[in-house]
Amino acid sequence: MTEMGQNLRSTVRAAITLTVAAAAYEVLARSGYFAPALLPTLANVARALFASLADGTMIEHAAFTLYRVLFGFSLAVVVGIPLGILMARFQRVEHFFLPLVSALMPIPSFALVPLFMLWFGIGNLTTVLIVFYAATFPMVFNTWSGVRSVNPLWLRAAGAMGADENSLFWKVIIPGASPFIITGMRQSFLRAWIAVVGAEMIAASDWGLGWVIFDAKEFLNTDIMLAALIVIGCIGYVFERLVFGSVERATVQRWGMTRAAKG
Amino acid sequence: MQDAVTTIAVDRTLGRLRGGERLRLVARNIFPFVVVGGIWEIVAWANIFPRRLFPTLEEVASSFIQLTVSGILPHHTIDTVIRLLSGFALAGVFGVTIGVLMGRSRRAEDICLPLVSICAPIPGLAYAPLFLLWFGLGNLSSVLLVGFVSAFPIIFNSWTGVKAVKEIWVRSAQSMGADDRRLFRYVILPGALPYILTGLRLGLAQAWRILVAVEMLAAVPWGLGWMIFGARKFLNTDVMMAGIVVIAVIGLALEKFVFRKIEDYTVVRWGMITS
Repeated sequence: MTEMGQNLRSTVRAAITLTVAAAAYEVLARSGYFAPALLPTLANVARALFASLADGTMIEHAAFTLYRVLFGFSLAVVVGIPLGILMARFQRVEHFFLPLVSALMPIPSFALVPLFMLWFGIGNLTTVLIVFYAATFPMVFNTWSGVRSVNPLWLRAAGAMGADENSLFWKVIIPGASPFIITGMRQSFLRAWIAVVGAEMIAASDWGLGWVIFDAKEFLNTDIMLAALIVIGCIGYVFERLVFGSVERATVQRWGMTRAAKG
Repeated sequence: MQDAVTTIAVDRTLGRLRGGERLRLVARNIFPFVVVGGIWEIVAWANIFPRRLFPTLEEVASSFIQLTVSGILPHHTIDTVIRLLSGFALAGVFGVTIGVLMGRSRRAEDICLPLVSICAPIPGLAYAPLFLLWFGLGNLSSVLLVGFVSAFPIIFNSWTGVKAVKEIWVRSAQSMGADDRRLFRYVILPGALPYILTGLRLGLAQAWRILVAVEMLAAVPWGLGWMIFGARKFLNTDVMMAGIVVIAVIGLALEKFVFRKIEDYTVVRWGMITS
């Protein structure tokens, strides 16, 4: 009862906060203290959002961005997981790739955007490669540490019960490393999402949510900028909470291994 | 959510090894770079790509030295580092304060959490044009943006850290007569510190990533991001590569020397985590 009361009060407070923040923004926007072009009212933002959704431009931009981010992210997963597993299982591979990975990892993906623009031109290829670069490293690192941290007791127990290499790999190592792998996917999607918006801004390419924001700046269309921000936030939220949240619930939590996944 | 970087333990053991083994370890770490460098050289000399776009390593090295000697590269670097530190300091002060407040008081949590969780998932760079419009081109908006963006991981981690302090520690301190101030100073702050440090570390990494991109967009007069972006216009790929090298070195140094050290001095020494 008290718990419910507490929760109710929290919800009410959250609602009040958001309303107050929105109202404060509205007052500031309407006061004329700032130019209306820089600080559009919420009604204008909503109108811009609905107009661009209704005529399909915003949806098309979002589709382009999603295509790039998912393409780059899948590439990163396809490369990152096997590389991470190989690094953890074979010492030679680890000795070769670990120094390279640790040296490349601290380079922010945006630093490479101008270089990639020169090499691959403006457009999809550059953006996808930047996303790939940004998303690969968390994937490799988490897979690597996941496979390494599989409890050796499990390996020995499975070995003693007569598991061959193959079933040891699929039945023990992969499930044992999966909390880390899923955490890695989550982190690398987050990175990919950040990278795609940035890459679209710098390597402008006519389509994409990052480009919308940047383009809107040139014409002082602050309402469209805020609308695109809302769309970006929503898509990010959907992936982070719904997609990865449900993947985690369906796998790691059901297997009772969340403790390791918190890392 | 700890960054995976913490798991690199290669150099950790370096000091403990004896001469021969140490040499072998160094050689083993250098070998991959030699291979990649060799492949790079071969591709560059084979002229598969135009030389301007794909410079040899000598050209990169010579432009690196030239830029360093003429003082251009240090100037860019110093400006970038100053911007990074001032943005990060802003984020650290506000982030830890807000996070701790949110952890300690239910009211603050209810008020701040919705705002923070709405603003946090939007990629930092998406705010850049907005900040540029509001605060103009240049230093102010880039520092503010870096601070704003890197505050989120700090807020989240401080908040979790304070909440993760064991209830039994708080109760036992209270029953031994600790007042609020001492409870905070001696129980909550040390208890939350591992999380806060993780947050600061993530925040710094975030700040570093965003800053490079912001410098490209904000038209600041000096800065590594700007140097790379400017060099593109003149097809100075060697200058770009030199800039990227400096960026990588600073990123590595921040991780290895700043945060490792702080962690060793505080939480590891107090036995909160094992290094």
